[in-house]
Amino acid sequence: MPATITAREMEETYVAAFAAKAAQLPGDAAWRGLRSTAIARFAELGFPTTHDEDWKYTNLAPFLKAPYERVVPAHDGKAAELLRDAKLADLGCPRLVFVNGRFAPQLSATGGLAAGVTWKSLREAAADGSARGLATRARFERNALAALNTAAFEDGAFVRVARGAVPGQPVHIVHVAAGAVRSVAYPRTLVVAGRDSQLEVVESYIGPDGAAYFTNAVTEVVAEDGAVLDHYKIQTEGSQALHYGLLAVEQGASSNVTSHNIALGAALARNEIAAVLNGEGAECLLNGLYLTTGRQHVDNHTTLEHAKPHTTSHELYKGILDGHSQAVFHGRILVRPEAQKTDAIQRNKNLLLSEGAVINTKPQLEIYADDVKCTHGATVGQVDQDAVFYLRSRGIPLAEARSLLVYAFTAELIDRIKIEPVRERLAASLFARLAGGQGK
Amino acid sequence: MLIEIKNLQARVAEKQILNGIDLAVNQGEVHAIMGPNGSGKSTLAGVLAGRDAYEVTGGSVLYQGKDLLDMDPEERAGEGLFLAFQYPVEIPGVSNMYFLRTALNAQRKHRGEEELDAIDFLGLVKEKATLLGLNQTLLERPVNEGFSGGEKKRNEIFQMAVLEPKLCILDETDSGLDIDALRAVANGINVMRSPERGMVVVTHYQRLLSYVVPDFVHVMANGRIVRSGGKELALELEQQGYGWLEEEPAAARS
Repeated sequence: MPATITAREMEETYVAAFAAKAAQLPGDAAWRGLRSTAIARFAELGFPTTHDEDWKYTNLAPFLKAPYERVVPAHDGKAAELLRDAKLADLGCPRLVFVNGRFAPQLSATGGLAAGVTWKSLREAAADGSARGLATRARFERNALAALNTAAFEDGAFVRVARGAVPGQPVHIVHVAAGAVRSVAYPRTLVVAGRDSQLEVVESYIGPDGAAYFTNAVTEVVAEDGAVLDHYKIQTEGSQALHYGLLAVEQGASSNVTSHNIALGAALARNEIAAVLNGEGAECLLNGLYLTTGRQHVDNHTTLEHAKPHTTSHELYKGILDGHSQAVFHGRILVRPEAQKTDAIQRNKNLLLSEGAVINTKPQLEIYADDVKCTHGATVGQVDQDAVFYLRSRGIPLAEARSLLVYAFTAELIDRIKIEPVRERLAASLFARLAGGQGK
Repeated sequence: MLIEIKNLQARVAEKQILNGIDLAVNQGEVHAIMGPNGSGKSTLAGVLAGRDAYEVTGGSVLYQGKDLLDMDPEERAGEGLFLAFQYPVEIPGVSNMYFLRTALNAQRKHRGEEELDAIDFLGLVKEKATLLGLNQTLLERPVNEGFSGGEKKRNEIFQMAVLEPKLCILDETDSGLDIDALRAVANGINVMRSPERGMVVVTHYQRLLSYVVPDFVHVMANGRIVRSGGKELALELEQQGYGWLEEEPAAARS
């Protein structure tokens, strides 16, 4: 590949790769139509650049100089090794493992799914036509990366919990990047929580350090009327990874969706959450925690669309930035004219541990109803020196005092995690990382 | 002698606050330091605890024969010096129990003692909480977060009881307390009085000293101790106020 390849030529390599593969991708006529619409849209939009307002602070260009290619690992060895080493890969509940976007039955544990929970690979669902809701929530008309995923995904998870079912244990989906350098994967997930059901879904992303690979993931979540759904995303991609993830949520009346978005890995990670509160009384809680160091870049873009009256959204994103890392927070709240009595609170808090770290934080409130309560606030600060002195005055050494306070900054979000093994292991892992990572 | 302060001078930013403090405290003694606002009482407490906003510009402090000013705040704590803060800091995300256990074990480590395990620590904490009549629900809550003013001050005394320091410096621990909280705090201080322990009680008002009867009372003004005496001096101040300080040249009656 010549060094002078243009962005346009680069995009054409993805279109060509799709064309070469299209016949083997799962799906009936409807899905095929969807895929060709999506790839055409991708070709029109091209990869986002910093000229796009929504990508102003996140530059993909250095990552896209050479193409990423689809690679199918010859065996599960590498993936098994990554799973063994990952702290949060085994939660003691049913586990669906996808390696480079394809279901890996030997690494999965699908037995023991509770009554009311069913799952299928999207490959199977394509054959029997059961995943009808796919791609209806994750809009790609103005999203090139979601368009590319929609065109190119090879497989994925379709998880459904039946009306009224309360399974009492989470479903864990692990996305493993086990391909070589410059590999790309398109993980795809659809979760449908039936009326008055209750479900916890954990999606983990893991991959090898040092390999430049690309994960382009799309998850759609539908919470029907009265459903309670907790979605956890734990992103611990490898150190050179490019990660993009879209979580599209649609909520019915009196449904309750909580998203916990934990971003720890990757060289560049962009998380987008687009939630539509499309039923009266729906409530959506967005919890986010991002830790960056070195030259890492993490960008969180969230959109909460209040479409119906009496809907509530509470958002809390916290970041700890070290080294020369950068983070972006963009929180958009859209209140439709019909959505009276909306209650929306958005907060973004950042702790900067070094002089070189940079945070760009931007609230965007668009309110078209007149009887609503919307508040937002952002803070950027350093470790509280009064608190450091207080701890030292009780005998706790300086370095320990600082790391205790940095760790404590995460506690508010960690405490909200309801799944015990996730909470405890994440807490232990953060404590180890923050206690050892001062001033780097 | 527990602590010997000689001609101590200190400033904050460019403002000179302490202009030569001399004070010696022996084991078993309770010294009250009184004085008007801005006289330097809290600065003295902060300098002794090692708050880095203050710059020591002269003088010396010998603590158990060692140069106190040469020690980091955590070393001072490890050597048995304790400051009860006028404004205790809130630390969200860290439970009181975890904080105290970390502090106690850091101090024990400093002294070359074995760390206390969770069970022994729990026993110690329960004993001290009972001794001080502390509401045990405060233990599981984040340090000082959402505590009332009285709860914060009682928590300071509770920490003092658990850490068992040799020299306790109480910086306006009585300010802003209602009578019940004041009695509780005073009771805590009295429980901690012992022949091995020295105390410096910084206060603006005489009322705490009705419950905690000092051995010595010192009056500070303009960064100096201008008068020293016994417990009756506190009563005298209560009647006279601090107005007389401005009429006399400093140190004239020391």
